[in-house]
Formats: sequence, structure tokens, C-alpha cells
Amino acid sequence: MRRAAKREGSPWTGLGPVFAKELADQLTSVRMRVLEIIVLVAAVGAVYVAGQQLRATVSESPFAFLQLFTSAQDPLPSFVTFLGFFVPLIAISLGFDAVNGELNRRTLSRVLAQPIYRDALLAGKFLAALATLALLLLGLWLVTTGLGILALGIPPSGEEVARGLLFLLVTLVYAGIWLSLALLCSLLFRQPATSAMVSLGAWIFFTVLWPIFAEYLAQGIAGPAIMPEAQLRQAELATALARLDPGTLYAGAVQVLLHPSVRSLGPVFISQLERALIGAPLPLGQSVLLAWPQTVALLAGTSLLVAFAYVVFQRREIRA
Amino acid sequence: MSAPAIRTRALCKRYGGRAAVEGLNLEIRAGEVFGLLGPNGSGKTTTILMLLGLTEPSSGEVEVLGLDPRTHPISVKRQVGYLPDSVGFYDELSARENLRYTARLSGMPAQVVEERIASSLARMGLAQVADERVGTFSRGMRQRLGLAEILLRQPAIAILDEPTLGLDPQGANEFLDTVRGLREEGMTLLLSSHLLHQVQAICDRVGLFSRGRMVLEGTAEQLAREVLGAGAGVSAGLDEVYARYFKAAA
Repeated sequence: MRRAAKREGSPWTGLGPVFAKELADQLTSVRMRVLEIIVLVAAVGAVYVAGQQLRATVSESPFAFLQLFTSAQDPLPSFVTFLGFFVPLIAISLGFDAVNGELNRRTLSRVLAQPIYRDALLAGKFLAALATLALLLLGLWLVTTGLGILALGIPPSGEEVARGLLFLLVTLVYAGIWLSLALLCSLLFRQPATSAMVSLGAWIFFTVLWPIFAEYLAQGIAGPAIMPEAQLRQAELATALARLDPGTLYAGAVQVLLHPSVRSLGPVFISQLERALIGAPLPLGQSVLLAWPQTVALLAGTSLLVAFAYVVFQRREIRA
Repeated sequence: MSAPAIRTRALCKRYGGRAAVEGLNLEIRAGEVFGLLGPNGSGKTTTILMLLGLTEPSSGEVEVLGLDPRTHPISVKRQVGYLPDSVGFYDELSARENLRYTARLSGMPAQVVEERIASSLARMGLAQVADERVGTFSRGMRQRLGLAEILLRQPAIAILDEPTLGLDPQGANEFLDTVRGLREEGMTLLLSSHLLHQVQAICDRVGLFSRGRMVLEGTAEQLAREVLGAGAGVSAGLDEVYARYFKAAA
């Protein structure tokens, strides 16, 4: 078969219109309204309760604003825990019917008969959902920060704002991996219900089952841990396996960014702590360096899933 | 004689072991109305999808206006309008908004978009409902909106897949009148149908499809003479050809 070495025209023709339409759809959908309300109530509740608790100790802590996001008070989990729970759900709900929904409404063949490449459709949908999430997260962060100022009575410092924004960025990357998974499922399965169930199934597997599996797998592979070296090896293996879960990667990155005193995400030897000022905060650059591998791993996962979705979609027959 | 608008050579499409289209040699001249006629599952839609690059041929060659849809998909799609079989629109958007989206996707200059949308909706008799949600539209209205989309883009070739399926007789006749109007404007038209009298009413030439092969090709009279014999004459309907042919093949 003849193939042109270089394809004609730009793959991005039509990206703008697709992006604009999808963004408008997402922002006005009932689905989005419901999610916004749930997330807002949950997050504001968590921050408010944390604020009440922190008010007493605000003068002692240099990073009171960050604690606002991370401290939990029974029975409410922290803001960060809430986001870690809701972000995958929102991302999946924005993406699970992206392509099969159009197929079932029989609009896909009409749209793809327009002079655009399929790339533009897929990329436009992905970016619009990501932009929706970014707007939602930014709004949430602004609301909680404002509430924090009211509750604590002090403005956040420059470093706290920087760490907060980096935390948002990492959350968006974390959302990206679930969004790309949902998008891929919307290509692989014709029924939106199937696609939603598979995406949610993957999420439940990683959130609930994988931590347990990782533990047992590490024990099984590393063998009986009697000697200290064997114990270390087993712990390291368990950590490595647990990091196949995007949630674990995200939790690690967020922990480092929002707790400036965290210096390592793996096992630390006593000898390494010699002359260390335990509890002293790391500078922002060092924390970013520590969160970098986690963030890159999340980005890599997203890229892989998106690339796979591209390959599936490019040669797909569109009969509808 | 100008170059053919659409030409395929030994075109094949196989799904697993089953051939949906086999050894298709099709030639459609610029400005003619060609009908793909055949029962359901005879390969009409698959042929159309290959012309548009919506599916890949297993072997053989396709040329649309001298271009291969596989290597020049954008140029081909820019000049071809497509009305899919049971066309879908975004139900929550109005007719005008649906067309606006298509117009923007096709890269139409912004200053002419609104004017062209209004005139194509008016021509299809949808001006009154232009700002109503498509979700409230009847099947016939959707089909007319699909044709309005083709008018909007003013392509050189329009491909209509089962355009009158599900329309009432009056709606179908009105629809065919519009199609005739397009032909007079010089548009090349390819339409598929399993309804003989409609194909006979508006098509210059007809290709008869059966099990992935085009078994007969020509004007309605030619087909009648070929199948029914010299004595049949011009008055013989295409339906008799159809009946005879498929009875013989069965």
C-alpha cells in the first residue's frame, strides 16, 4: 500500500472548535454541577474543621496554611485525602463517554467526515476535560485559601502560595492519568456503561486491592525477612510495587510538597540522620526535587495511555 | 471528458475471512447522480466508508477527484459532503449551533458562516426551527438538517447513505426534489438505497450490489435490457430487473 511519507496539512486543524465545544459541554453539564457541589461541600467542610483546630496553634507553625490542607480531624478526613478520593472520580466521569457517546449518538462519522484529522478530536476532548478540571481545582483552591485567611486570621506566605499551586499542578497531572484511562476505555468499549465500570474498576483495584497485593507480592518475591538486609530489601520492593498505583505516587508527591519537613519517601537509616535537623523544613526547590520522580511517573503513565488511545483510534473503522 | 469524480480499482474489504466488498471497479463521472442499489449487507455502506477514509481498504485503489483518501484525507474530505445513514446531531444544541460547529470544523471563513447557515437552513425549510433544540426534531427534519449541512459546505461531491430511509412518502419525495436541485447545480452525487423506484427516479446510472460485488452497472434501461432480454423495452421497471436478478442468484 502506498503511504505518503509526510501527512498533508496540520493535525491540529479543528482543535480549537472541538476544544471550545467540549469545554462548553463540560462546564454546562448537569454531571459537572453535581460534582462541583459535592466537592465544594466536602472540601470546604474539611478546611473549616481544620481551621478551627489550627486556630489555637497558628502562631507556632511556620506553615499553618499548608496544614490547613493536610490536617484531619475525626470524623472528617483532610482536604488532601478528599481530593485524592474525588479527583479520579471526576476525571473518569468527564472522560468515560467521550468517544463512544458520540458513536452512539451517531455524530462521530459526521464530525470525522469534516476536513480534520482524528487527532484533533481526541486531543480536543482530552484538553477540554483537563481544562475543566483545572478550573474546578483552581476555584476550589481559591475558596479554601480565602476561607483559611478568615479562619486563621493571617495571609499565606509566598512559599505557601507556591507550594499550594504546585500541589494543584500535581493534582492536575494525577487527574490526567485517570482521564486518559477513561478516554481509552471510551474507545475500547462501545457502551458508556461498560467503559465507566472498567475505569472505576481499575480505580477500585488500585485504591483498595493493590496495596494489599503489593505487600504480599513483596513478601513472596523477597523471601523470608529475618536478616535486616532482607527486611530492607522487602520493604523497598513493597514500596516499589505500591508505586505502580497512581494514588500512591500522588500521595507521595503531595506529602513532600505540603509538608516541608519531609525529607525522604523511602526508608532512611539512622546513620543518614546524623547531624540532621529533624523537623527543619526543606527549601522549596529541594521539596520539588523530591516530588519530581513521582510527578514524572504520573506524566509518563498519562502519555502511555494517551498514546495507546491514539493508536486505537487512528485505524478504527467509524461505522455509525 | 473530465477525469472521473470517483474511481476505484479492484477494491476489497475483508472482515476476518468474510469479504464485505470484493473486486469493486467503480467509476463515477463528474456531475452525474449514481445510485448504489442493493439489499442490506451487500457492501454499499462499506464502499462509502472507504471512499471517505473512515475505514481502510484491505486491498485495491481508491481515487476521489484524483486523490487517494488514505494519503490526502483532508483534501478529499474538504471536497466531499457526507450524509451518514441515520445521521445524528447534538440533541442539546439548536440546528443553527450544530451547523456552526461543522462550519468551524471545516475551517469556513467566519464572516460568511452565519449567512450561509441561514440560507442553507432556509432552503431546507428549517428556518422556522433554526434555534430550536435538535432533540425535538423529527426524523425527516434531521435528515433535512443533514442535507442543510451539505449545502452549507458546498462540496464538489455529496455522498448520501440511505437518505430516504424512514421518511414518509411525501417527505421522501421532497427530499429527492432537493437532491435533483443539487444535481442541476453541478454537484456529483452518490447515493445508496435499497428502494428501487427512488433510485430509478433520480439516478443517471445505477450499480447493482450483491454480496460485496457490483454485479450490474448502467442506466436503468440498459439494466432492463441486459437482464430481461431485448424484448423488454424501455418501459420495464428496474424493480423487475431487481426481482429477476436476485431470484436468479438465490
